[in-house]
Amino acid sequence: MVPDWLVQLRDFISQPWPWWVAGLMIALIMFLLLWFGKNFGMSENFRVMCAADGADEMNEFFKINWRDQEWNLLVALGAVFGGYLASHYFAAPDGAVAHVSAATVESLRALGLQFESDQVPLVPEWYSWEALFSLQGLLMIIGGGFLVGFGARYAGGCTSGHAISGLSALELPSLVSVIGFFLGGMTMTYLIFPLIFK
Amino acid sequence: MRMSRYIFVGILLGFTLYKSEAVSWFRIFEMFNFQSFHMYGIIGTSVVSGIVIVQLIRRYHLRSVEGEEIVIPPKNKTYPRYVVGGFIFGLGWALAGICPAPMFILLGSGYTVLILFLASAMAGTFFYGVMRKRIPH
Repeated sequence: MVPDWLVQLRDFISQPWPWWVAGLMIALIMFLLLWFGKNFGMSENFRVMCAADGADEMNEFFKINWRDQEWNLLVALGAVFGGYLASHYFAAPDGAVAHVSAATVESLRALGLQFESDQVPLVPEWYSWEALFSLQGLLMIIGGGFLVGFGARYAGGCTSGHAISGLSALELPSLVSVIGFFLGGMTMTYLIFPLIFK
Repeated sequence: MRMSRYIFVGILLGFTLYKSEAVSWFRIFEMFNFQSFHMYGIIGTSVVSGIVIVQLIRRYHLRSVEGEEIVIPPKNKTYPRYVVGGFIFGLGWALAGICPAPMFILLGSGYTVLILFLASAMAGTFFYGVMRKRIPH
């Protein structure tokens, strides 16, 4: 029999986490990696995986000792585990829902995406193999991936490397990058989404 | 190398971003529409606490578990790459609704199609490696 306090702990963890808990946890994760002598930066893994797959023999940008970066692949592997555990054993009481604002539900409607308030799913339906047969799905998965991979390496970091690690170290390049992230994200959201979704 | 500590950090990261809904396309959409404080609260809290952490590390010359001084490598101070690269990254972030960490987390949650996102991101990274000398930094 599972003790009561363990069940209570599971239920406690299963609630949606408020922003400040998540923010403190991310800072803790950044600190732990610094304390282990490493730096928090997830997109570097794409380069490491390229190098491990043989790109190091094709291009000098990938001539890195990828085994020195093995720790980062382990963080990524842990994130895969964490995603599995959180979604399978610590599901929120009201299901896999994104608790977005009423204004967001309206904006989604304006794009032709109909959801009841409180019923916006955590994960959109186009994260599926079937969706690859639609232009939208193909753009989002394949196009989005390419832009993220190219842009992150060009800018020298992604959300973790610039927005978290870089801003925490008061790096001006990271502030410029984050402004770039937002200009790109707003261009996509305001100018390109109306073309994709209509 | 002690492997389990990195896997543990990754699991923490997975729980944090999944349970706070930061892995959600809809939360990213909301953020770029400036319709909720949620994502700004997450990033803001982590940056403010991160600044305090980094200042403390620098002031007290804190050492890592291995006993070496903790160094945070400075970023190159040439700006076109941050503006243009950041802009391209932002386009992809909003379009796919995920950045690199959430991609790994949602793969674990069972959205196996994201393996193609990973492959495509690797292709983008490789393309950058090929183009690197020909684009402004």
